[in-house]
Amino acid sequence: MTPVIEVRDLTKRFTKRLDLAGRIAHRLGANIHEEVVHAVDGVNLSINRGEVVGLVGESGCGKSTLGRMIAGILPQTEGSVLLDGKDTASLAGPESKAAALAVQMIFQDPFASLNPRLRVEQIIGEAPLVHGYTDRSGLSDYIDDVMLKVGLDPSLKQRYPHQFSGGQRQRIGIGRALAVKPRFLVCDEAIAALDVSIQAQVLNLFMDLREQFDLTYLFISHDLSVVEHIADRIVIMYLGRVVESANTEALFADPQHPYTRALLAEVPRLDQRKRNFTPIAGEIPSPLNPPSGCHFHPRCPHVMPVCKTEVPVLEKHQAFREVSCHLDTTDSHDINNHSAQSDSP
Amino acid sequence: MTILAVDSLKTHFFTRAGVVRAVDGVSFSLGQGEVMGLVGESGSGKSVTGFSILGLVDPPGRVVEGSMLFHGEDLVTMPTREIRALRGSRIAMIFQDPMMTLNPVLRIDTQMIEAILAHEKVSRKEALKRACDGLAQVGIPSPEQRLRNYPHQLSGGMRQRVAIAIAFLNNPDLVIADEPTTALDVTIQAQIVHVAQNLCRERGTALIWITHDLAVVAGLADHIAVMYAGRVVEAGQTDDVIDRPRHPYTVGLLGSVPSANRRGQRLTQIPGMTPNMLSLPEGCAFRDRCTHNDERCKESPEITTDSGGHAIRCFHPQYEKAPA
Amino acid sequence: MNTEATVMKETPLQRFWSEFCESRIAVASLVVLLIIILLAALAPWITPQNPYDLAQVDVLDGKLPPGSDAYAGYTMWLGSDGAGRDLYSAILYGIRISLTVGLAAGFIALIIGTVIGLTAAYAGGRVDTFIMRAVDIQLSFPAVLIALVLVAILGRGIDKIIIALVAAQWAYYARTVRATAMVESAKEYVEAARCLALSTTRIVIRHVLPNCLAPLIVIGTVQTASAIALESTLSFLGVGLRQTEPSLGVLISNGFEYMMSGRYWISFFPGIALLLTIVSINLVGDQLRDVLNPRLKR
Repeated sequence: MTPVIEVRDLTKRFTKRLDLAGRIAHRLGANIHEEVVHAVDGVNLSINRGEVVGLVGESGCGKSTLGRMIAGILPQTEGSVLLDGKDTASLAGPESKAAALAVQMIFQDPFASLNPRLRVEQIIGEAPLVHGYTDRSGLSDYIDDVMLKVGLDPSLKQRYPHQFSGGQRQRIGIGRALAVKPRFLVCDEAIAALDVSIQAQVLNLFMDLREQFDLTYLFISHDLSVVEHIADRIVIMYLGRVVESANTEALFADPQHPYTRALLAEVPRLDQRKRNFTPIAGEIPSPLNPPSGCHFHPRCPHVMPVCKTEVPVLEKHQAFREVSCHLDTTDSHDINNHSAQSDSP
Repeated sequence: MTILAVDSLKTHFFTRAGVVRAVDGVSFSLGQGEVMGLVGESGSGKSVTGFSILGLVDPPGRVVEGSMLFHGEDLVTMPTREIRALRGSRIAMIFQDPMMTLNPVLRIDTQMIEAILAHEKVSRKEALKRACDGLAQVGIPSPEQRLRNYPHQLSGGMRQRVAIAIAFLNNPDLVIADEPTTALDVTIQAQIVHVAQNLCRERGTALIWITHDLAVVAGLADHIAVMYAGRVVEAGQTDDVIDRPRHPYTVGLLGSVPSANRRGQRLTQIPGMTPNMLSLPEGCAFRDRCTHNDERCKESPEITTDSGGHAIRCFHPQYEKAPA
Repeated sequence: MNTEATVMKETPLQRFWSEFCESRIAVASLVVLLIIILLAALAPWITPQNPYDLAQVDVLDGKLPPGSDAYAGYTMWLGSDGAGRDLYSAILYGIRISLTVGLAAGFIALIIGTVIGLTAAYAGGRVDTFIMRAVDIQLSFPAVLIALVLVAILGRGIDKIIIALVAAQWAYYARTVRATAMVESAKEYVEAARCLALSTTRIVIRHVLPNCLAPLIVIGTVQTASAIALESTLSFLGVGLRQTEPSLGVLISNGFEYMMSGRYWISFFPGIALLLTIVSINLVGDQLRDVLNPRLKR
């Protein structure tokens, strides 16, 4: 089966060029250089139809950049994004437009993601009208239909975004994406800005829509417990690279990469009382100047000399698991158990 | 020993659109070295409660009723000058944004020394040594160098550590932390919680941890108060509130947390929106989102406390305790 | 405290209006401004004399103090100028010309500046650098100087002075629009529009531009006031409008030679009219800035 979305060696570098004064200073020998951020560094990923893939990582790991490249709103520096096996960069004309519409994005900020000057009916109805999903006479019904699907009252369609609560605004954003009948949704921290009780509502909506419309999701989040709930497979990123990818059950039952283990150990959980928080040490390094070799080595409890020099390769370990670590992870179960137990009293 | 006793505190905001009863009759007390989690969603009044204790409520808001006894002295009637003397010495605050505490144009050492000298007469050298120790205690590597940095040279997690170090500089009896980890990453959040937890244990400092995240306080707090629309709707020992919640709102809130649910199944959600503080329903404020809503709920329920100290404000308690 | 969660039922326009009304000075200024505009618009019907019509102007009425009766029988409440024009009539006609010049110059500069600013923001690269350096150079000269040079080249007359004013002012609009458009295009709603495969033209015109309007309106009011002042300056210096098109500046200039001889009114009353017009526009603009500035949102 061809995956809906396949990403090959996808790389994004942001370069901050020197201005004139900087260039002159550089010529004169000042310690000023062009700054290059490897936001995403050679990521491979394929997502099958109907799958929900959770993309997890901390700030600066490049998860949002990766999502935006897949959604087609940020051009990649290298590599390719394939939709149904076809490179989206090679498409032209109507095919290119169809490919763009097939992948839609849900944004984090329910306030900044809606144009404050447009009414809800304009926000939802603009693209379907422009792209010919409906005509002027059918537009009103079309909008009503979309609003009902995302749990909004169609009688509110004349209102402006600021007249809605955060959860409702997020529903408007979801409606805007669904209105062009996408097959794939990139949800970038789509519930992070919402209150806990509202998060549950929106998460439920995502799960309902997936069944109803046969959608495939890339669910980007920093919150492991949210991803654990919705995703079939989880991909963990650290400073632009994928460090581990596995089935959700397998990942939570038996995390392999030391970073994954640290993340899992530090997620606050309801069932742990008066626990001793035992964090992994160190800061998240700056993506401007990432550590050599394995990016995680300065914080890793199992660091070896090889980690400082060689970049580990993402290797298939079992049928549904890939890990990028120099540790021979099959022998590391004792370490794994040890670190898992030290957190619970 | 009780350090802080808040009794029927009311803080209202007199806005153009009407009176916002941000805090509307909140009571709780806190003993030495105790950690209390104050939990609620946006608009629940949890942060305003914290600001009220510190006397930091700005117009159009003001404390209109109630008392806050800190070591037996009422903070509500205390002159501003005396509150200011307490603030930063015996009561300290940690904010969500550490830049609320830190001055962007001053070096860390200047700020920390000033924080000590403002409340105590010690030599600059002595103050500098204490500042350095303070940074070391919050786990900042090479504190002597960090002291000479400006805030912008530090990462978000580092800044929050410095803010915590400043809060604990004068050995306060009470620290109020307002969503201190919300803006931080998971691994950094764990570090910050760890630091705050250790400092409180070592020094017997009482801590009020204000958050929207039940999971964080579940692992940190001795007891929890859940706020909704300006009122405490449920309070008690952490185990009681998390494992045996009795108020429908707490039940719903816990049900909304993904990790408490079975994977792939629908979450038990609370219907409706977070409350509009200008048009709350009559009686119980949670009434229009509650599945147990009936005629009685049109009256405001009083808070009732059982023998185990588990308090709820509801006519329809969810979980009946077996008699002890 | 989250008052943002409050569900607001009023439209943006209603909210804008109620916030504007919070300042009494701004409301008073708006009333004054509307009265001035109304008087100027109705000038032909409410003045005793048409100061353009030489048949109605009698040199014998020249330099009469306020309250004198004209030869034609009506009372000149504000006196008359050296040519025998009734000052009250001349001022109302003068406001007409000043306002027309100011509004026309402001509007044309706004359109040109917006187009240039949006082009700079969206084209980026060399186009952007080129436009912005031109803006920098333009803004480093005093506006009066640019206008003076242009008027000297083009000659006098309403159309020419409007061209001069536009040339002196477009850069303010261009810089503001570019800055706002860059901020707005980085927002998620623009990313969403791109994701929906909408054309760039459509995104710029329907999504970005409407969100740049707030600062444009503020700059527009302030720049209109300054265009009026600039025109008066040029006319006062004798390089602006001709004697046959008596704007407020021309009137003030006419009376200036009589100031020392005690005939203060010839310059004084047009001066007051100019002051009222400019101050009221600026005060309205100040309040607009406060209301429309998202950083000052309460």
